[in-house]
Amino acid sequence: MERGGKEAQQYVWDGAIPLQIHLHDSEVTTLPPPAPALILAPRIGYLPLLSPQLKPFFSGALPPGVDTVWFDYKGLPLKWYIPTGVLFDLLCAEPERPWNLTVHFRGYPGNVLIPCDGEDSVKWSYINSLKEAAYIIHGSSKNVMNMSQPDQIDLWRSVMNGKLETYNRISSKLKLGIVRDDFSAKLNPSSSKIQHSVDETEATAAPKASRIPVRLYICNVDEDFDDFEEELHFDSWDQISYINRPVEINGEEFYPNSSNTIKAEFKNEPGIEAEEESKTGIIEGTSIESVESQSLSGQPVIKLVRIQGIEPKSEIPFSWVVKNLMNPDYFLHICLYIKAPKPLDS
Amino acid sequence: MASNQATCDGSLSLIDFQIAANDFAEKWKKFNSAYPEWLWIDCSNRLGFAAHGVIDGYLSLQNVFIRRSLEEERDEGGCNDDEEPFDNATLSTSDDGDQYHFHVVYSPSYRVPVLYFHVQNTDGQPLNLDEIKTNLPTKSAKVLLESKWTFITQQEHPYLNRPWYMLHPCGTSEWMKLLLVGVDNSMATNGTERYMISWFSVVGQVFGLKLPFEMLKSIG
Repeated sequence: MERGGKEAQQYVWDGAIPLQIHLHDSEVTTLPPPAPALILAPRIGYLPLLSPQLKPFFSGALPPGVDTVWFDYKGLPLKWYIPTGVLFDLLCAEPERPWNLTVHFRGYPGNVLIPCDGEDSVKWSYINSLKEAAYIIHGSSKNVMNMSQPDQIDLWRSVMNGKLETYNRISSKLKLGIVRDDFSAKLNPSSSKIQHSVDETEATAAPKASRIPVRLYICNVDEDFDDFEEELHFDSWDQISYINRPVEINGEEFYPNSSNTIKAEFKNEPGIEAEEESKTGIIEGTSIESVESQSLSGQPVIKLVRIQGIEPKSEIPFSWVVKNLMNPDYFLHICLYIKAPKPLDS
Repeated sequence: MASNQATCDGSLSLIDFQIAANDFAEKWKKFNSAYPEWLWIDCSNRLGFAAHGVIDGYLSLQNVFIRRSLEEERDEGGCNDDEEPFDNATLSTSDDGDQYHFHVVYSPSYRVPVLYFHVQNTDGQPLNLDEIKTNLPTKSAKVLLESKWTFITQQEHPYLNRPWYMLHPCGTSEWMKLLLVGVDNSMATNGTERYMISWFSVVGQVFGLKLPFEMLKSIG
């Protein structure tokens, strides 16, 4: 990601996952069974929003009854309120293209998944996350709650249809600009003057000590997981830890780098002291010795970090990552594969 | 060290939450012994290691049997004597009520405790939201639920990967601020302990659970 300005955000919004969707065997009533549907799913979107596109493929084959759509990946029911790109980054260590999913129209697993009644449920979940992000950033959700009806509808539609310009126009009214991003200005010196003044406006809306909405999805892998060809199979969501906790960063002039921020975050350490941090390189264990010493010293080793399908270089300032890789709900969704340390001898 | 924050803006830090939760559980055990105990469920190990200094867990109260209110009790409404805490919720000591589980989970986003709950009937079937609302024991519960500050929604339990019901936290700091207003700052050390008891005195009412007078008195 070598560009600043709006290009990175556009790149993220244009991102899509090719899906190959199969109807579950138990719901096939025709012979031959229907062919799988090939669909491009926006990274920043949500799976239930695909159902209007999917139904024509399968409606002829379904048993009679009421449709309630849900998806699974190798038997794992997919949480519909998690953005599609995040699900893909998390569940496919080695990216599978196309991503093979199974769709169901019956037998909704209500003991595992919260109910979804189609677009309205997804919209409610999105607005709810946006309110939570606003609360984290400003200490109040008022900006979001006071949005006019037309604005709310247009904002949601811009997310559904991937219209970044509309989205930026409406969301800028919410004044959720989090951190000043001088890194982009440095990358684009010619536009830095304009960029800087835009960022000034955003920065004045946010307090100096900032809280950043972050959602971490952490998967524990065992020792031998160095070769991503090895398939990581998820039988249940209990194998993944979900941490919905804001990151706190202090000061506008300070640009903690991503690796230290992420590392500190899941160790629940407030504040970042990037410059003091030793460079033993917890990220992507650079050498066998450093990896082993991390384990023996009781430190977890981060094997993989994925944000919007990207593995960010550890030198990239966290502020840049936040500004450009966040989802439309103003949350930064981070997938982490970590190797737990060996237990220390007592 | 307990901070004064709780009395200032209606919110609570994570560390203060743990202190307050512990205190709450102890006082409950002492003054509310007819109910099961609150237990702290520790989750610090869920990443496969206990990251240093991390507090991760929640308060759990399981197997509270609440008998469904009869029509007459519901119509009575009105205020109840603080000395008779079980007026509104007919606590059942046998298995003939709906079975409730309550979890108090800290929200780092809203910086307040959040009440999650799960209900099943005598046949072990989970109740849906309409059934739950219909069976809530008191008029005041319904008033609370109609307010914009406390409403029930179904969300995924942050630790259990299952849908649970919860009282949405977005209004909590607002009404906690009002509840704690006028607290003498010289009693600042009490702010944290006061928080959980005050908080529960409101949310518990949704289910007709009132705190015993002695417990309320203990925070001055």
